[in-house]
Amino acid sequence: MNDMLMIGGVSFCSRFILGSGKFSLEDTKKVIENAGVEMATLALRRANVGGEENILDYMPEGITLLPNTSGARTAEEAVRIARLARSLGCGDFVKIEVIHDSKYLMPDNYETVKATETLAKEGFIVMPYVYPDLVTARALRDAGAAAVMPLGAPIGSNKGLLTRDFVQILIDEIDLPIIVDAGIGRPSQACEAMEMGVDAIMANTAIATAGDVALVAKAFRLAIESGRAAYLAGLGRVLEQNAEASSPLTGFLEE
Amino acid sequence: MERKKTDHMAYLPDMDVIDSDMMEQVLRQMNDYDYEQYTSASVQAALRKDSLSVEDFAAMLSPAAEAHLEEMARRARAETARFFGNSITMFTPLYIANYCENHCVYCGFNCFNKIKRGKLTMEEIETELRTIAATGLQEVLILTGECRGASGPEYIGHAVRLANQYFSTVGIEIYPLNVEEYRYIQSCGADFVSVYQETYDTDRYDEMHPMGTKRIYPYRFYAQERAILGGMRGVAFGALLGLGNFRKDAYAAGLHASLLQKKYPHAEIAFSFPRLRPYINNAKNNPNDVGERQLLQTMLAYRLFMPFAGITISTRERAGFRDNVIGLAATKISAGVSVGVGGHGEEAKGDEQFDISDPRSVDDVRSAIARRGMQPVFTDYVRV
Ligand code: SF4
Repeated sequence: MNDMLMIGGVSFCSRFILGSGKFSLEDTKKVIENAGVEMATLALRRANVGGEENILDYMPEGITLLPNTSGARTAEEAVRIARLARSLGCGDFVKIEVIHDSKYLMPDNYETVKATETLAKEGFIVMPYVYPDLVTARALRDAGAAAVMPLGAPIGSNKGLLTRDFVQILIDEIDLPIIVDAGIGRPSQACEAMEMGVDAIMANTAIATAGDVALVAKAFRLAIESGRAAYLAGLGRVLEQNAEASSPLTGFLEE
Repeated sequence: MERKKTDHMAYLPDMDVIDSDMMEQVLRQMNDYDYEQYTSASVQAALRKDSLSVEDFAAMLSPAAEAHLEEMARRARAETARFFGNSITMFTPLYIANYCENHCVYCGFNCFNKIKRGKLTMEEIETELRTIAATGLQEVLILTGECRGASGPEYIGHAVRLANQYFSTVGIEIYPLNVEEYRYIQSCGADFVSVYQETYDTDRYDEMHPMGTKRIYPYRFYAQERAILGGMRGVAFGALLGLGNFRKDAYAAGLHASLLQKKYPHAEIAFSFPRLRPYINNAKNNPNDVGERQLLQTMLAYRLFMPFAGITISTRERAGFRDNVIGLAATKISAGVSVGVGGHGEEAKGDEQFDISDPRSVDDVRSAIARRGMQPVFTDYVRV
């Protein structure tokens, strides 16, 4: 089936993006294989180039790296981290994370738009992590974002798609891949989001906190594929309509 | 000859006074904190909540919660995993000077304790840094005694600049500074500041700090806030458990940190829980009523109250305790520790601040972390 995910002109068969940095590095390869992912995030602050336990050394060949700017508190810091990632050979993809809140780890949408604008101009393929807000998403699109990554629930909460209705608005209105980033805690939640028409799922904590990280990675892959198939089959539309009446309520009309 | 002691609650000239009422809030709530009023039921109710209020935190620190340690530990482990995954950050402290003009009754560096004093030259500091960096560590904490004369901000600034060349993350644990001094140290390359109030009880603080600038309670209390105003990224809080009433002290430190985070939402918050340790010429210094059980309860209470905060476990505790609290509540661990002046590369130039309980090397600690199924992390910060 020719159902590819296109991000910034690059196509992917997998609709699952793996977060890293919360499980043991030596599990990375196994998790990536089981998850069937083609793209994995990488916190630049964890890159210990030439040093011990360097996350970059554990990424298998052929995987597209999605360096993130975690640790950035402002647009300016995010821009500098992105440039550093590129200079280290991590490629042109960048996930922008600007967080100015150490308690809830809520993304700063305003600063994120600013960073997106600068980095898109510099030729980065920018994937911003935001609170799902339509106005922000439009600004991101206009600033040259390659995708929008709304949060499903507070980061690390594993609560699922609490922002469901707002994510739906982004799906309906923004012609960019919509990738649910934080909050997905179980395969069933990932499946549900995919059924709605989300283009891809990113998961990290859900995998890292499972008993068997490799097995749960596989469970996510299957759930995402299943949800995608259901969406393509048009299931979502049927479910959203009210129950069909058995006989027409307006059949008495004569003309 | 009887000398009148300076008022420990009044600032000295040259000390920055910032516009904040956090101290009044913390002191008021700490004085009102009656930990005996909490029951098993209040602890259970708190454990059922998604996020803990200050009141729930108070319950977690109460004697009633001791019976629920196992449940607290289970929940704490899940919270730690949610925010930190299975990562444990490693670092080491480097003492560059042990001159001190204070007389903290409980500390081996105090100015009346007859120990070998020393201060590293810049060349010696560089040798130490290089030796530490060769172990693979990427995070270093620079420490001094509290003596502006022997180890002034500029001396520390130079040391930080050197450290910045070898390490991705540099923190300082020195005497409290003014806002502009913090700004200067930050510009030299340090982004994290640890200041421990020792005890939040003002009377006990008075007794424990009979002389020196450290005597000034409010100046120490507001150090973290000045550090943030000076552009520091993160601040650590703590009390020296065993000095005063540990439940009240732990409660006050948690409250202090949460008020600061509320006022400065971007500030990264961390805790450390030193217990009193014996030191040279005072083998009997001990943590009084704070046993391992109480220490663990305190750590778990913090984890549940502020699941996002970093918690460091020091070498004051034995290896077996340290290895078991990582991942449960602690997220950061020191390794390859020397608490004398220098002592990593060359022989120590000054005596130790206290006796350590876990002398393991970086490699040993790293293997211990891995054996527990956790990921040792050498760097978790990029300074841009
Ligand atoms: S605790 Fe600090 S100020 Fe007090 S004696 Fe020790 S080194 Fe000096």
